[in-house]
Amino acid sequence: MSKPHISAIVNGDPVEFLADPGMTLLDALRDELSLTGSKEGCGSGDCGACSVIVDGRLVCSCLMLAAEAEGRRVDTIEGLAQGGRLHPLQQKFLEHAALQCGFCTPGLLMAAKALLDANPDPTETEARYWLAGNLCRCTGYDKVIRAVMDAAAELRQVKV
Amino acid sequence: MSDVLDGPGVQPDLKVVGTRPIRPDGADKVTGRAAFGADFNMPGQLVGKILRSPHAHAKIVSIDTRKARALPGVKAVVTGADFPNLASEMHEGGEAASNLRDLAMNVIARDKALYDGHAVAAVAATSSAIADEALRLITVTYEVLPHVIDVEAAMSPDAPVLHAHLFTEGLEVRPTSASNVARRNQITRGDLAEGFAAADVIVEGRYTTQAVHQGYIEPHACVAAWVEDGQCDVWSSSQGQFMVRTYCAKILGLEISDIRVTPAEIGGGFGGKTTVYLEPLALALSRQSGHPVKMVMTREEVFRATGPTSGAVILVKLGAKVDGTMTAAEVELKYQAGAFPGSPVGAGSMTALACYDIPNFLITGWDVVTNSPKVAAYRAPGAPIAAFGVESAVDDLARKLGMDPLALRERNGVRNGVKAAYGPTFQNIGYLETLAAIKDCPQYSLPLGPNQGRGVAAGFWFNVGGESTAAVHVNEDGSVVVVTGNPDIGGSRAAMAMMAAETLGVPMQRVRPRIADTASIGFSMLTGGSRTTFATGMAVVQAAEKVVADLKRRAALLWEVPADKVEWRNGAAVCLDPAKADPKPMTLEILAGQSARTGGPISAQVSLNAQGAGPGFGVHVCDVEIDPETGHVTVLRYTAAQDVGKAIHPSYVEGQVQGGVAQGVGWALNEEYIFDSDGRMENAGFLDYRVPVASDLPMIDTILVEVANPRHPFGAKGVGEVPIVPPLAAVANAIRSAIGVRMADLPLSPPKIRAVMDARAS
Repeated sequence: MSKPHISAIVNGDPVEFLADPGMTLLDALRDELSLTGSKEGCGSGDCGACSVIVDGRLVCSCLMLAAEAEGRRVDTIEGLAQGGRLHPLQQKFLEHAALQCGFCTPGLLMAAKALLDANPDPTETEARYWLAGNLCRCTGYDKVIRAVMDAAAELRQVKV
Repeated sequence: MSDVLDGPGVQPDLKVVGTRPIRPDGADKVTGRAAFGADFNMPGQLVGKILRSPHAHAKIVSIDTRKARALPGVKAVVTGADFPNLASEMHEGGEAASNLRDLAMNVIARDKALYDGHAVAAVAATSSAIADEALRLITVTYEVLPHVIDVEAAMSPDAPVLHAHLFTEGLEVRPTSASNVARRNQITRGDLAEGFAAADVIVEGRYTTQAVHQGYIEPHACVAAWVEDGQCDVWSSSQGQFMVRTYCAKILGLEISDIRVTPAEIGGGFGGKTTVYLEPLALALSRQSGHPVKMVMTREEVFRATGPTSGAVILVKLGAKVDGTMTAAEVELKYQAGAFPGSPVGAGSMTALACYDIPNFLITGWDVVTNSPKVAAYRAPGAPIAAFGVESAVDDLARKLGMDPLALRERNGVRNGVKAAYGPTFQNIGYLETLAAIKDCPQYSLPLGPNQGRGVAAGFWFNVGGESTAAVHVNEDGSVVVVTGNPDIGGSRAAMAMMAAETLGVPMQRVRPRIADTASIGFSMLTGGSRTTFATGMAVVQAAEKVVADLKRRAALLWEVPADKVEWRNGAAVCLDPAKADPKPMTLEILAGQSARTGGPISAQVSLNAQGAGPGFGVHVCDVEIDPETGHVTVLRYTAAQDVGKAIHPSYVEGQVQGGVAQGVGWALNEEYIFDSDGRMENAGFLDYRVPVASDLPMIDTILVEVANPRHPFGAKGVGEVPIVPPLAAVANAIRSAIGVRMADLPLSPPKIRAVMDARAS
């Protein structure tokens, strides 16, 4: 079976790759585009380590076929820092020590980015429910939630 | 809320230690740049996959691999027959000893499959799809045997026996027939009968826990490359590159110096990555195929074939006088070991009564093999299980005596000079201070509403030291590199850089910590036992001290004064010789720039076997609310106090405590291995094996109690393991307080609570 040719925009840049019909978007990012920041923790959409944003919507890239990315805009952790500067979420994760092993961190950051894009002023409860699809086994979420809330506050100030 | 309470022995005037700088590997980890186990690739690599037993217990009659080998794209197929048949030999690892024969047979089965998921063959192929097809083409003929998973069923005389060579050790008389009971251990003091006779009040309980998994989010992964001359390279995610090297050498019969293991970033371990599963198979496949081989587990494989920790039965009987003085305790622990001996029941026995000063006690532990995955270390291995029983019983005792549960623990609590139940005499411990911290914390006196309850529990872990190596190199511009051999599982790079910076008197940002492969730094035991900041940190500080001594010598040489006329202050040599007219201090940068004139590169390495890891104590208070309609438990508030010695980087110490609490809450409320009647795991995925998510938990308040450990340069004690010990009972005691009924069988899931509440209502 021949592999479909896929064109997409990843982190703002046009990319092209050949995708096996069964290839997931996560495999395409990691294996075809060498963007290994998105992680596979389960392959079944339960852990959120592979979270990316597709046309503005948060998805588990392990649950989306690579071929479905045709013509779409995909944002991954590799595109979160801009121009050599960390995104406020990344900076706040560091300041609050919101990561230990760091494996779930790319997915958590992308999920948090999607949260703040949709809701710049979330309550703690809203943040906890939004991030409930991103498993972290190290931190107990305390510092993660604090970092997200702090980043939200900073981003709101920037916008004013 | 997070508090740091400075206690006795903590050094004043520290400039770096005790602050909260950004971790040196932080930017890598928030940008996706950090390379974990599955992020590494080699040119020409093959995909390795494993065929696993679908039976919980079966004789392997034959394995026919001919069709798989004939499939185009298949480059190697291995079975147990491709590995040397090792003799039984114990090997001391970082956290626990392993029997090398059992370890090898867990990596790949030989004559028998001992659990659902046990590896029986492995293939390497040019693509994932071809590897999958090759697995389908392997025919294994099994003779299915009766299986046993429940620990007490496995102990019964008519249970199916897993190992014909296993005769119970530790009994007065060696048994005449094989059984599943690998070992009995006992710890005793005083006269148990007298102790209970002297008691006014006695409580008894029977408690059970289910097997739970460490649940690290990163599945096991490695790449192995065998070169034709027999030298090989392994890249893998583990808690110890030296552990991987040793085990691969033993299992494959290689020279240790022929293997170089490079540690990947590790995506969580919690004890579960203190052993090998994939690396020996990948090496064997690489040897046979002549290509590098990459292997990555699926989540289902992680659940079915790695970890977990034991399910257990815990029997506790406690006696006390009316004033609360405990007179006797009897504890019996029955732990599943999984397919091979080596449950953490020994550590469970030693920790069970470690918080209490009781004159008469008997602790009996049973290590029992079962048709389930071989247990692996899990954060304070064995201790949370024992503490669940003991701390639940202590809660019942307090209730029966009408005493505050903290006051009862304080009355019987261990203090300096008390001989611990497990042997040594406690020194420099902070248990009473930790109890007091919880007594004083705001949460402990908040009023409770309807359907709400509050529970407290204590916990103990030894913490260990052990063998570590560290090197400190001063670069020609005066910046510093610290090299160690311990994977950074939760921020230890920051701690290493901070301790070196403090010792050298330079800012932490001038010190860059690196973690080296097995050929680039001396031996270090794995990251486990809460040992890294203590033991490897001690090596780092001693190496930095050697560098300081060398820098003073070099400055003396340049000033032409005796070495004892030079002092090291704030990162610079200061001349104390009054004959020299006010020489300017020589900074690290100046001395580094002139190193060629004073003896060459400035560098020191220290290898040591650290002794004197201070034991740690934690006391937790948990508030819950029960939904009477569903039986669902909401954790409303949680405060954890812990004696940490000295927090090097308080944020990462708090993080350890919070993470341990979260895992303990999951263990108490949701997590369990569920097996069907054929012994197959039914919930091998994160949807059905439910670890706590963000919306399940409140903020977790921490109180770091600092009672310094004089054996560590800055007073540090291990911190990572203690915090998972108290939560099981803290949650259960809170539920007891809310519903008025003692729940003794984990997990305390909604159906169980609802059944109790319904029974009470009718």
